[in-house]
Amino acid sequence: MEQQLGFWQFSTEIVLPRLWEGLGLTIEITVLSGLFGVGLGLIIALGRISRSKFLAWPALVYVTLFRGTPLLLQILFVYFALPSLLDIRLDALPAGILALSLNAAAYLTEIFRAAIQSIDRGQMEAGRALGMSYNQGMRYIVLPQTVRRLIPPVVNELAALAKDSSLVSVIALSEMLFITQRLGAKYLRPWEVYAWAALGYLAVVLVLTGLASLLEKRLAARE
Amino acid sequence: MANDMNKQESKDSTMVEVCGLTKQFGDLVVLKGIDTTIQKGEVVAVIGPSGSGKSTLLRCLNYLEKPSSGHILFCGSPLGQILRKGQWCPLPEKDLDRQRSKIGMVFQRFNLFPHKTVLENVTLAPMRVLGVNPKVIKSKAEELLSRVGLYEKRSEYPSRLSGGQQQRVAIARALAMEPALMLFDEATSALDPELVGEVLAVMRSLAEGGMTMVVVTHEMDFAKEVASRVLFMDQGQILEDSPPQKLFTSPSHPRSEEFLRKILRR
Repeated sequence: MEQQLGFWQFSTEIVLPRLWEGLGLTIEITVLSGLFGVGLGLIIALGRISRSKFLAWPALVYVTLFRGTPLLLQILFVYFALPSLLDIRLDALPAGILALSLNAAAYLTEIFRAAIQSIDRGQMEAGRALGMSYNQGMRYIVLPQTVRRLIPPVVNELAALAKDSSLVSVIALSEMLFITQRLGAKYLRPWEVYAWAALGYLAVVLVLTGLASLLEKRLAARE
Repeated sequence: MANDMNKQESKDSTMVEVCGLTKQFGDLVVLKGIDTTIQKGEVVAVIGPSGSGKSTLLRCLNYLEKPSSGHILFCGSPLGQILRKGQWCPLPEKDLDRQRSKIGMVFQRFNLFPHKTVLENVTLAPMRVLGVNPKVIKSKAEELLSRVGLYEKRSEYPSRLSGGQQQRVAIARALAMEPALMLFDEATSALDPELVGEVLAVMRSLAEGGMTMVVVTHEMDFAKEVASRVLFMDQGQILEDSPPQKLFTSPSHPRSEEFLRKILRR
């Protein structure tokens, strides 16, 4: 009977193999949502700082909406409410990634906006004075200068995203937390499984921050 | 007459014509009707107390600051505006960018691109704006950098250079676009005193080479020796427009006299 298994045996034979699969899904969800979130966040940030009201205003509404409502609600909304609203049925995985991407994009928008606005105005002016368009100034002058100062806050956001990805367990995606809950209930040994899951998330975040500081050092060396 | 203003090839030697230019920031009127003309090859120094509108005038001359009213003709075409059916409309951004690419600007704080090397600072705009072949622009940029005495520094990043060196790079960067007109916005004001000379020397040689220049400056010696004309501005107006010999010896306006007395006594 499994109840009789010792801690290590229970962990290595039952918990870790299952969690390992869940970790894979957690990483997949985090990486994809992170990529979409960064791309979307950058686009919305450019809208947010645009002089055109038609771009700035929807961007502000977007940020307000997605920062002002719970992520859990957004996940449930995308999965359960969108089908009846728009007549599109998303599987749990795309629905989860979509909700997380949209949410992360709102936070990343503000991160990008702050970074862009922290670049001295004279930089864009110098570009414009040389005959560059606003878009060229952004692309070749302003945005490249934001990269280094973006790394810490973006990594912070990605770490939050990795942990928030656990919320998609509510739409039955078998990522780490979902599996943990199942195992805990099945074997009635909650503390072991939850402790391992905690270590799993911690590992993801540590790898992320480690990569970030490596990247930051390499960029610092170049200047 | 208005139609002629849109596209009139300037046969004469006029580079810039400013008519009734005003600029307002909210309630604050910074320029109160500026009229002046700058000929090709002229070096016009603009002096005056701080807050007199000198820098704003200069920034209007390449439309970094959009005038509140009035017109600027640059090489015979209205800058930043176009006449359509008798109405002045804003010029499409693309066309304005093209006009700007012919007007070089040097800033008080250099505004070099810190993420690019000295050489890349000079080549970026010609490559992206004019589409010049990278090889061609590289050798031209190296030539310009030799001209301002910084060929050896071409691979450095701006943060490794002194203020004077940075400003000389900024001048080379502007010249790389082959501008017809160069604007200097207090180009030496942010420099340590011992570095001012090297930048003024570059500006002087540029003037001797026949470049049309508008120079907002506090360097009265430079204005005296290099400028062909000096504009004295105060409270958003040009109060005096004279050759330097006249302005510095017998100013005709009481306020310019007072200003010069204060500044030259130091």
